[in-house]
Amino acid sequence: MANPKLSHMRIEPVGERCLLIRLGDGVSLETNQLVHAVTALLEAHPLPGVVEVVPAFNSVAVHFDPMAYAAGRGLPTAQLTRQLEQALKRDLSALSGEGRLVEVPACYGGEFGPDLEEVAGHCGLSVEETIALHSGTPLTLYVFFFAPGNPFSGPLDPRLSIGRRSSPRTRVETGSVAIANGLSAIYAATSPGGWNVIARTPWRMFDVNNDPPARLRLGDRLKFKPITREEYDQLLETRP
Amino acid sequence: MIFMNIERPGMYSMFQDLGRCGHQGIGVSVNGPMDEWSHRLANALVGNPKDAAVLECTLSGPRASFSEDVVFALCGASMNASVNGLMVPQNCAVYLRRGALLDVGDRISGARVYLAVRGGGLASPAVLGSRSTNSRAGFGGFNGRALRKDDRVPFFAPGKDDFTLRIEKYGLQSGLTLVAGPQLPSTPPYAPGDLVRFVAGPHWAAFTEAARSTFTSEPYKVSPQSDRMGSRLSGTLLRLTRPLELISEATVFGTVQVPPDGSPIVLMADRQSAGGYPKIGYVLSADLPKVAQLLPGESLRFQEASQVEAERSWRTFKTRLSEVCEAAAASLT
Repeated sequence: MANPKLSHMRIEPVGERCLLIRLGDGVSLETNQLVHAVTALLEAHPLPGVVEVVPAFNSVAVHFDPMAYAAGRGLPTAQLTRQLEQALKRDLSALSGEGRLVEVPACYGGEFGPDLEEVAGHCGLSVEETIALHSGTPLTLYVFFFAPGNPFSGPLDPRLSIGRRSSPRTRVETGSVAIANGLSAIYAATSPGGWNVIARTPWRMFDVNNDPPARLRLGDRLKFKPITREEYDQLLETRP
Repeated sequence: MIFMNIERPGMYSMFQDLGRCGHQGIGVSVNGPMDEWSHRLANALVGNPKDAAVLECTLSGPRASFSEDVVFALCGASMNASVNGLMVPQNCAVYLRRGALLDVGDRISGARVYLAVRGGGLASPAVLGSRSTNSRAGFGGFNGRALRKDDRVPFFAPGKDDFTLRIEKYGLQSGLTLVAGPQLPSTPPYAPGDLVRFVAGPHWAAFTEAARSTFTSEPYKVSPQSDRMGSRLSGTLLRLTRPLELISEATVFGTVQVPPDGSPIVLMADRQSAGGYPKIGYVLSADLPKVAQLLPGESLRFQEASQVEAERSWRTFKTRLSEVCEAAAASLT
């Protein structure tokens, strides 16, 4: 029996050492939950030669060692594709659990949120409404990338619809909470960046000496909690 | 423990093992060697396990001495390496008397040289299961960074149970400062000349016909902005037929992405775990060491290959590498 949730699944090679399982066309909570369920299933039932299973917004990368597959039985990517198709016939429903609800403190506006007023203006909202929409409903943590522990979460309220800044900043500070394209991210480390920075969290998102090193987990529901500058200073954790 | 005392670090020298797998899901890059062939060979030549952390030096190498007699190997870029004015050969095991000053100096050809020391490599604590340096995040390797002058770098010493190499016996008996073992012929099975093979990526058809034709016929030059994250190429700009809105997805070592400015980038060892630019192709893994050894200003030409050729050539590469490493191990005893 094929898994009905996976009817749109496509598997394609990414070079010789990786396969990509595409699970949907857009970014949505439903597709992303499927991504996390498929990842959990493949981690629970490891296939030969697989070294790492990496979830993204709507796809799962399966990195593997082709030498684990015999020559003369077809290409290693074809052999692993067949194994993946077989493995994904298992029941996925038990694997898409609800994530933790995590309150993330964020100090909005001012020097910590230099783009807050521009975002409000662009969206035809007041600054207060913008903060309320961003912090009002939990956002699901879809994926980490860009830097260690750097989370991307969504979906943002559609009224906060804005693209990236036309000119990226050369320096965005650690902890910056930024939005673009229906998503909210937190800059886990200082770097250049093109997203609209509206707040800053005093939390440290990644510490290699912690176990686990990332502060948040995939699937967590992030509820941003507006805090004052004084609270920010009290809560401030060591920066990397 | 053996210590390497750094008098001059070289331009950009840092430790890499086979890479940090298993943490891309929380956004941690794999890292690992740029030139997998030379890295593996260097370890094999000194009898190390293949995952020992090796010093990767870009453009110039270190001047350093060791606190004990050591056996080391230099592989990859061809360098002006010497000890007391004596030339140090590459692609072989070399016995060096303690305190003698090894000067790896400037490059002759190639961009990256690998220095493996017998005993098991860099003796730092593994971070998230690996001793590879993540210089961007500042962890792994030696203090999470490239070497500096006056660093004292710890290496694992060969264990009591490790057999004594022929070259070690000879080195001790002879009283010489420097003894070199037999050199191995080691030509990786790359594409010939300046060719670098690739398989078309998921957005190949979204590029203009002119772009596709240019990409497979004109030379592309490695730009000075290239680093361990990506080999940035300059040449005729590559245009899409219309703008693409893409959702970030997995990238691999060798992904050729084309940002809006139209200049292709080959993603290398320090790539991010995901990216959202159009992917015109994937460089064959077997040809990646060649890209890793290109200097800024040198050029390459892309040649299209099929998925079948890509996978076969990787098997050939790995098989040949195993044979060379077995020959290296056999030459030690």
